[in-house]
Amino acid sequence: MTAAATTSHLIDVRAEFPLLARRFDDKPLVYLDSANTSQKPESVLVAMDEFARTTYAPINRSAYRLAAEATDVYEGARASVARFVNARDANEIVFTKNATESLNLVARAWGEANLREGDVVVLTHMEHHANIVPWHQLAAARGIELRWVPLTDDGELDLSGLDALLAGARVFSFTALSNVLGTITPVRHLVDAAHAAGALAVVDACQYVPHGPTDVQAWDADFVAFSSHKMCGPSGIGALWGRAELLDATPPFLGGGNMISDVRLDGFTPAPVPAKFEAGTPPIIEAAGFGAAVDFLEGIGMDNVRRHEMTLTDYALTTLDERFGDRIRIHGPRNIEHRAGVLSFEFDDLHPHDVSQILDADNVCVRAGHHCAKPLMRLLGVTATARASLYLYNDTADVDALGDALERAGDYFAL
Amino acid sequence: MPGLDDLYREIILDHYRSPRNRGELPTPPARLAVGHNPLCGDEVTVYVDVEDGTVTDVKVSGQGCSISQSSASMMTQAVKGRSIDEVQSMIARFKSMLSINEPPPPRSSVSNGEDAGDAAASATSPGGESGDVSGDGSELGDLEALRGVVKFPVRIKCATLAWNTLVEAIDAQIPT
Repeated sequence: MTAAATTSHLIDVRAEFPLLARRFDDKPLVYLDSANTSQKPESVLVAMDEFARTTYAPINRSAYRLAAEATDVYEGARASVARFVNARDANEIVFTKNATESLNLVARAWGEANLREGDVVVLTHMEHHANIVPWHQLAAARGIELRWVPLTDDGELDLSGLDALLAGARVFSFTALSNVLGTITPVRHLVDAAHAAGALAVVDACQYVPHGPTDVQAWDADFVAFSSHKMCGPSGIGALWGRAELLDATPPFLGGGNMISDVRLDGFTPAPVPAKFEAGTPPIIEAAGFGAAVDFLEGIGMDNVRRHEMTLTDYALTTLDERFGDRIRIHGPRNIEHRAGVLSFEFDDLHPHDVSQILDADNVCVRAGHHCAKPLMRLLGVTATARASLYLYNDTADVDALGDALERAGDYFAL
Repeated sequence: MPGLDDLYREIILDHYRSPRNRGELPTPPARLAVGHNPLCGDEVTVYVDVEDGTVTDVKVSGQGCSISQSSASMMTQAVKGRSIDEVQSMIARFKSMLSINEPPPPRSSVSNGEDAGDAAASATSPGGESGDVSGDGSELGDLEALRGVVKFPVRIKCATLAWNTLVEAIDAQIPT
């Protein structure tokens, strides 16, 4: 592997992210926490600012021109997001608060209407709490049984017993990309296995959609959840894609304004999808930003984003291994075809909190903690890890800065 | 940004590398409590033997960062042999020292001003005339090294984890 070959696929968009120009102690920021939340490009910030200054108004409920314009922007964002994940129809996109709410919507609205005591829901051992706790809540309320797909030693799903786990299951809900291990799961294969067993296939794609080309039709899934804030958009808005007939058949989740066709003293009639699932005033300015974020990513091309991150991930795995050898243990698959730029690691037996604290002195921002995946932490035999995560605006200099800061951390705590 | 050396004082690193009173005590007669830091998943178990109102032995097990481990280690040294009243007073002072609401030293007049003032005064003159006005022997000594944690608010929970767990252990029933 030559340096030229390593870096030829890198894209350079850092200058489009104003926050990345921020300095602490007159040194540049090294932002390596995008699996937590991503920074926003100028185009997203401008879109939200201009919308708020010129077009903001209630949506879907007023006749005046300003409100019609605002509604057009909101629905235009839905169309952009639908196109971005190749949904058949814009109305298959439900705007939620985030992927967590999207998964809660599935577990609570679809789950409560369809699951009974003894029904089986299959999850994996690498799920985020957002794809565990709603099912635990449903289990407590409904007496459903949860089963767990185990992992292999190198952090991939162990699918050897999948058919047995799925036998009789009603739902298989799994991540497309682990927020701890970086593992990319074989989504289409898992969806097919779920359907063969007669189970619904629910994909937590919160970590995947920002980092790779997403085609919900090619996946053939039933529900797909993701968040704007991890894909260059604002926080406060996310999406649930669902097959139209499934969304139609699912009862509303939250009740209130906007989600009804009629309300009477003796009951209510829900609105058609997607309004049925969008109770109350939605995040309107954030929708404008979400739409701008997918436009931004489409302009770069998700194939290019994925290639950039594979190149950078390979660079990180290679250089950190060269520099530190046995002193660093990076979790997850080594094969970059099977992983993304999420690098959870142990370093020198240092506690992740101490690692991230020392790294912060060099402006290197990494997450330390359990990453909302405590069952996975227990499986790995740790209470927490430090995690550096890469995105399209990171470059080899960021990875080098991480290495330099780790050297200093090692020196600092050296016995 | 406050310097790292404000946080990782040498005595803290020393206790981190060589923690004192690590391990377990048989229960009974000891009582125990388990504390969690939900932020990072850290977990400590504090064992405490109390005889005639005095902490005769204390041990800590579990895992955590340098701040939580060194705080636990220094705590065991500080409370061993003290009366429960002295320990309670020390806990109050320690937590007061790490209160981000506390006005800067030397004196405060807020509701828990006595503790805050004493802790502040003992920082400048440990064992001095105002360092232990209550005469209960609860000056913080080495634990003052953890004062710098206040400048790193995210880490305060690390420093207080063992102490909150000690409170629970003292209040716990002796297992049968």
